[in-house]
Amino acid sequence: MFALGDRVRTKVMNPPGHTRLPAYLRGRPGRVVWELGTLPFSDARAAGDRAAAQRAYTVRFATADIWGADGDPHGSVCADLFESYLEPG
Amino acid sequence: MSHSHVHETSAGASNRVKTLVAGLEAAGVLTEADLDAVVETFLNHAQPAKGARVIARAWVDGAFRTRLLADGTAALEELGIDLSHWAPVKLRVVANEPRRHNLIVCTLCSCYPLALLGPSPTWYKSSAYRSRAVRDPRSVLAEFGTTLAADVEITVWDSTAEVRYLVLPLRPAGTEHATESELEAMVTRNGMIGTATV
Repeated sequence: MFALGDRVRTKVMNPPGHTRLPAYLRGRPGRVVWELGTLPFSDARAAGDRAAAQRAYTVRFATADIWGADGDPHGSVCADLFESYLEPG
Repeated sequence: MSHSHVHETSAGASNRVKTLVAGLEAAGVLTEADLDAVVETFLNHAQPAKGARVIARAWVDGAFRTRLLADGTAALEELGIDLSHWAPVKLRVVANEPRRHNLIVCTLCSCYPLALLGPSPTWYKSSAYRSRAVRDPRSVLAEFGTTLAADVEITVWDSTAEVRYLVLPLRPAGTEHATESELEAMVTRNGMIGTATV
């Protein structure tokens, strides 16, 4: 479980089925900016578990941590990510 | 993107929908009239005017604005708007500030606050917008005619789960004496997505 303000890092993963962790946000450091509670866990639902649910968080990533020096210097991207995508950063 | 959707041509999708509807009708699950009623209800209720009502209220009522930013879903209920009618989603409203701009995208598919803005524009679903909004938002905004100062921070919200985002634009200057309904008329769909400033 993570809390507001926690540093996290998205896992490097490439599952064969559905996932809501976008490829451009894998293996990136970020910070929890919102706790979303428990949401329907899309990855498992897509595989047939219709009741699957998991905690989720809004995570903010600095542009430089996604695109390096090629990113906009005054920008960030926030995404809503399930707990199993994240590890302590 | 690793999304597992197969993106079909519209003709292909249209044929599949026709086949599906014919199958459901043959099985006695629904009639074409049932479907028409659902679509009509949807189009009557889901329009950008609904989002504009939320924005104008937030501009004139500071306490409502605070509640809207803290819990969008609950604040909408005050206005009699039930988001979950279409899907069990939460609403997050993100406010523009003089030095901070917000932009909404769904890089994985086309998640969008349908209940507040109606059906999404074609460009919102295009792979060009979905890939470039997170990679180079400032250029995307400029192509929409919205040029931000170089030091204005941009936050891009990628709608990857069951949260739908709505941008609260800055209230236009010189509108101190405008009525709430006059303000509603100034709000644009693109302003609530973040590709425009109002």
